[in-house]
Order: sequence, then C-alpha cells, then structure tokens
Amino acid sequence: MNFDSFGAFLAMGGHGPYVWGCYGLTLLVLLYNLLAPGRRQRRFVREQAARQRRSGGP
Amino acid sequence: MKFPAPLVRLWHRLGSPRWFFETTAPWLPWLLGLGVALLGAGAFWGLALAPADYLQGNSFRIIYVHVPSAILAQSCYMLMGSCGVVLLVWRMKLADMVLEAAAPIGASFTALALATGAVWGKPTWGTWWAWDARVTSMLILLFLYLGIMGLRQALQRPEAAGRACAILAIVGLVNIPIIKYSVDWWLTLHQPSTFKLTEKPAMPPSMWIPLLLSVLGFYALFIWSVLQSTRVVVLERERRTQWVQNFVAAEGSKA
Repeated sequence: MNFDSFGAFLAMGGHGPYVWGCYGLTLLVLLYNLLAPGRRQRRFVREQAARQRRSGGP
Repeated sequence: MKFPAPLVRLWHRLGSPRWFFETTAPWLPWLLGLGVALLGAGAFWGLALAPADYLQGNSFRIIYVHVPSAILAQSCYMLMGSCGVVLLVWRMKLADMVLEAAAPIGASFTALALATGAVWGKPTWGTWWAWDARVTSMLILLFLYLGIMGLRQALQRPEAAGRACAILAIVGLVNIPIIKYSVDWWLTLHQPSTFKLTEKPAMPPSMWIPLLLSVLGFYALFIWSVLQSTRVVVLERERRTQWVQNFVAAEGSKA
C-alpha cells in the first residue's frame, strides 16, 4: 500500500479531484458502452415483435 | 497463393451474419468477466499500490485510464479501416455491420482519452488544453469518428452509406501514424510512449504491470462492446429473415 491512511488515498497528495475525476469519467464511458447495446436490442425486439404481430408472422 | 482449407471455410462463414450471431454468443460472458477482472486489478494496483511519480506525484495515476483509452481509440479506428477494405474488396456485409457498431464506441474512447488528457494536463502542463501535435491529431481522430457516424445518418440507401463510410474510414487511416509519431516528429509537450515493442519500459515494473493489466482489460471490454453492438446491428438489418423473426418471437415470449 502506497498510502498511510484512507484519507491520504482520497486526497492523492492534493491531486485527488484530478485523479478521481478521470476515473469517474472512465467508469461512466465504460458503463455507457456496456449498457447501450442491451438497450438497443431490447428496443429492437419490442418493435420487431409488434411488427410481426401486425403481419401475423411466426 | 493457396490458403489452408479451414481458413477459407472460416472466411466464407464470416460472410454470414447469422453464423456470427450464433458463434459469438458464448464468448460474451467470458470477455466481460475477463475485462472487469483485469481492469479492476489494474486500477486498484495503479491507484493504491504503485509508487507515486517522483516528478508528477499522484497525478500520474491518471495514466492507467488515459493510455488504455488512447490505445483503444486508435485500435478501434484500425479495425474500422480494415473493415472498410474488406467491405470494398469482398463486399462482405458483416464488415459494414462492424463498421457501424464500432464507430460510436471508438468515438467515446477518443473523447475519454482527450478528456482525461486535459484533466492530467492541468496539474502537469499547467493548462487544460494545448495545440500540441499529439492532442491535435487525436482531436482529428474524434472528428473522423463523428464524420463516419454522421455520413451513415445522412445517406438514405444503406449500401451507399456503407461504401461512403468505408472510404472515409480508409482515408482517415493516414491519421494513425501521424498520432503515433507526433511525439517524435514535432517538439511536443506530450511525453513519448511508455511501451515500445523493442525496448524495456522506462518505468519500474510496479508502475507498468498495472498499466498492462488495465490496457488488456480495456481491450476485453472493447471487444465485448463491439461484438454485442454488432449483434444488434445484425438483428436490425436481417429482420426480414426467418431466423431473426424466430429469435424475436422466442425473446418476446420470454419477456
């Protein structure tokens, strides 16, 4: 462990806002990329299921 | 030149979106687990265990998210350029689907690399933004991604849109070596690469091992995202086929 206390870990020697800001931003971008395809697929299935019901599909 | 038969078979199968959809399904949970584990280990090691940099202090820990996102931004573009070649030369539909799916992911990683670079620049260079050669060529990369996405939106006919995006993706490849060598060709603020293929890293192992873990984790999550997004594009574009309609009927009855 490079830090003496949890407080020192959060403070990052005065660079806390920069470091944690970057990691927070990264988490947001990764979460967006992980969640977006699932949302798009659910929307497609919903719309396509409605189309198939209208046309009396399989 | 004669290619071995299994390779030729694989190439023909890759032309089939249905084959892609069915084959990639079992890979997804493994890629996701691997990515989360590698990135989690890299980030924890980089944030809490690695020693502080003797010049930059703790702000250098931004490297563990900045470098992976910048590497992935360029890898994603090279993937799209290759897909452009495959689409134009072999007319493979799947290549166009990957090109569509990868563009927003690559754009998001490029924006992340620029944003984390700006935040890192403030305590290190004393400024959020500099018209430095590396920063500027990455900004051009972001515009290339946005241009490819906009082109697809703007063109009505899917085949024409696919070809136009492929051409733009290929032309934009010239920017990749410019990004790579920008730190050598011009006198820049940006520091040179940490990893080189031919030399040992200038950092101690306690600093570069977490970086390697985090780069590999980013790759796994990126591959997961591209596969998953391409699968949705496959469904959307093949919606008139029997197998997609059966898939939708099965999913609909689950919900």
